[in-house]
Amino acid sequence: MTTEHQDAAPPASPGGAARPRLRARKPGPSPAPGKLSPEERKAARRSRRYQRDTRWSPYLFLSPFFLFFAAFGLFPLLYTGWASLHRVSLHDPTHMEWAGMHNFSRLWEDEFFWLALRNTFTIGVMSTVPQLLMALGLAHLLNYKLRGSMFFRIAVLTPYATSVAAATLVFAMLYGRDYGMINWALGSVGIDNIDWRNGTFSSQFAVSTIVIWRWTGYNTLIYLAAMQAIPNDLYESSALDGATRWQQFIHVTIPALRPTILFTVIVSTIGATQLFGEPLLFGGTQTGGNRHQFQTLGLYLYEQGWFNFHLGRASAIAWTMFLILVVIGLVNWLISRRLQKSQ
Amino acid sequence: MHLSRTRSSSFRLAALGISAALSAGLLAGCSSDSDSSGGDGEKVTVSVGVFGVFGYKQAGLYDEYEKLNPHVTIKESSTERNEDYYPALLNRLSANSGVQDIQAIEVANINELATIQADKFVDLGKASGVEKEDYLPWKWNQATAEGGKVIGLGTDIGPMAICYRKDLFKEAGLPTDRKEVSELWAGDWSKYVDAGETYMKKAPKGTNYMDSAAGLYNGAINSYAKKNYDKNGDVIFKESASVKESWDLAMRAAEGGMTSKLLQFDTGWNQAYANGDFATVACPPWMLGHIKENAGEKSADQWDVAAAPKPGNWGGSFLSVPEAAKNKDEAVKLATWLTAPQQQAKLFQKQASFPSSQTAFDLPEVKDATHEYFGDAPIGTIFSDAAKDIPISILGPKDQLINEKIAEGIRQVENGSSPDDGWNAAVKSIDNALDS
Repeated sequence: MTTEHQDAAPPASPGGAARPRLRARKPGPSPAPGKLSPEERKAARRSRRYQRDTRWSPYLFLSPFFLFFAAFGLFPLLYTGWASLHRVSLHDPTHMEWAGMHNFSRLWEDEFFWLALRNTFTIGVMSTVPQLLMALGLAHLLNYKLRGSMFFRIAVLTPYATSVAAATLVFAMLYGRDYGMINWALGSVGIDNIDWRNGTFSSQFAVSTIVIWRWTGYNTLIYLAAMQAIPNDLYESSALDGATRWQQFIHVTIPALRPTILFTVIVSTIGATQLFGEPLLFGGTQTGGNRHQFQTLGLYLYEQGWFNFHLGRASAIAWTMFLILVVIGLVNWLISRRLQKSQ
Repeated sequence: MHLSRTRSSSFRLAALGISAALSAGLLAGCSSDSDSSGGDGEKVTVSVGVFGVFGYKQAGLYDEYEKLNPHVTIKESSTERNEDYYPALLNRLSANSGVQDIQAIEVANINELATIQADKFVDLGKASGVEKEDYLPWKWNQATAEGGKVIGLGTDIGPMAICYRKDLFKEAGLPTDRKEVSELWAGDWSKYVDAGETYMKKAPKGTNYMDSAAGLYNGAINSYAKKNYDKNGDVIFKESASVKESWDLAMRAAEGGMTSKLLQFDTGWNQAYANGDFATVACPPWMLGHIKENAGEKSADQWDVAAAPKPGNWGGSFLSVPEAAKNKDEAVKLATWLTAPQQQAKLFQKQASFPSSQTAFDLPEVKDATHEYFGDAPIGTIFSDAAKDIPISILGPKDQLINEKIAEGIRQVENGSSPDDGWNAAVKSIDNALDS
């Protein structure tokens, strides 16, 4: 940037090196050095202001995000890391007792932690895989020329707009043991009442359906947007080659969507790792069922921190979750590099 | 007073809390400011921090106090759930700032605060106007720290009775008159389970004797003086005789199939009331409104209240004044007034919060109270008789946590685990939670 010197130069310094430069940038009748006309002085000031403005404004506009991120993202992250190395009780959160890696090594032997990790993983798979497959299929259908396509596109997004709490409470009633609608429907075809919340598979299935219901539409729209960016000639030429609709989907649509699919996989995985509201409200307690059968990592963190009052241990769980996400992020990066190369 | 006592329960009633908060806001909007300046001393605003609905505002007690003391304005702020309220309170206590002048404390937390944070509170036992004799001795004892400091004055209590359905009892061949029902199991919780066995032999189709085995455990364990802790403050629930006896009773109920396997305060529990799926439930006074609301008009004249086999307490709260409060003196005066017998009786009349003041038991508001929905049962005397016989028990800071985990183990057995597996799971869970 050529303007740097100007900003640095004191404005009143007579005959400084800055002036000629200024004039050089603004060709025009040049009075003798040190004898600027009032208009010229005004113009110089205005241009200095303008330059300062273009230079600093972007930072200013960006700063709210970074300030808020520092206060509510970065600081808690670091503080949690610090707390995870201490014994901290919710009884007296300001009192910290150094514990080294104790909280982490304890987690290693904590069967409740491993159970929560396993639950998080199985619920994550059970919710993410069908969700993305269905989203892909729905996006494909919505990509056809349809009457009222706008209506359908908005309709698939409506579950996403509902609150977790409202959706989960409704689902919890649907899955009710004695008076739930799902058991009632099953009963009409001769299947006995299922105690959805008490089974391991059934409860995880139920929680997964809530996630699927809420997020399928969102992913559908992302896929749809990506599909509409695929050039039509590809389809035309493949049609000329005699490709069926299905072959077009497999050989044209899917490869073109690869980066988008990867993105949705990552976003869904992050979401699945942090799953919290659905199992909490579905079960009604922080334990995720009597046998902790659908307690996710998020719920276990909540239980340890806010019910058992072990903030240090809860922080260690939080950091472990963070590290898991970092690993997932790295895998994503490796895969996407592969993809780029192969293209 | 608070719509819900246990952690899961307050959760379930969040919606109620919101509407209550909204209506409280409306009421506050209606109340007119008293502008008389004839008070003694400067004008002060006393802040009161509560969780859920305490009902002082709704019962008009704040207005009355402000009229009596024109220089005082009362400002209440309520947090819906105690799970959010209590950690915030701990945080502010340890920071010595941000506390309200009066802070409400749930009975589940009072012992913990008396054990570890007693020096953060004003000794209300010595406040002028506070008569120890007014309060039930066991309630007074709950808020007493080592060395005799009293960190909170009792508000309401939850002496348990048994609510039962007369129509179902009749069909099953059990007595229906509340005196006879009380005598059926008087003195021993195992007789209550015996009656359950009789009931199940001729149980009306689709019904069970009780809502949950965990509810039975809760009733039984709370009638003992020594539960999860010994006198030295050590956790002894694994060897505790009362825990073992109560656990065995719950096992008898669970394995005998006499429970509806419900989670209390869950949607399914509420629906079961509406459909009349179970015949009995251990009920403190604060649950009566809940039963009426959920069982509805359809079951009017079916429910009644009998004495519990042995009296125990479930729920209740305290008012405390932190040392860091801005208006300590005024706060102490207000807390004393709000928990005095006369005000407790008024609160019972208007908000159904049962008094912890035994002096209030003799006031007509309490003594003559009946409940229309429960066949005009004399709830005033039923519950005050129970309250007087509740033992002074040894409490510990983690009583609630231990009880909840044991309840979890009981529910496992209800749903098919063996009693040993259920017990081991509970022990493991408790050890994990208590391990520091």
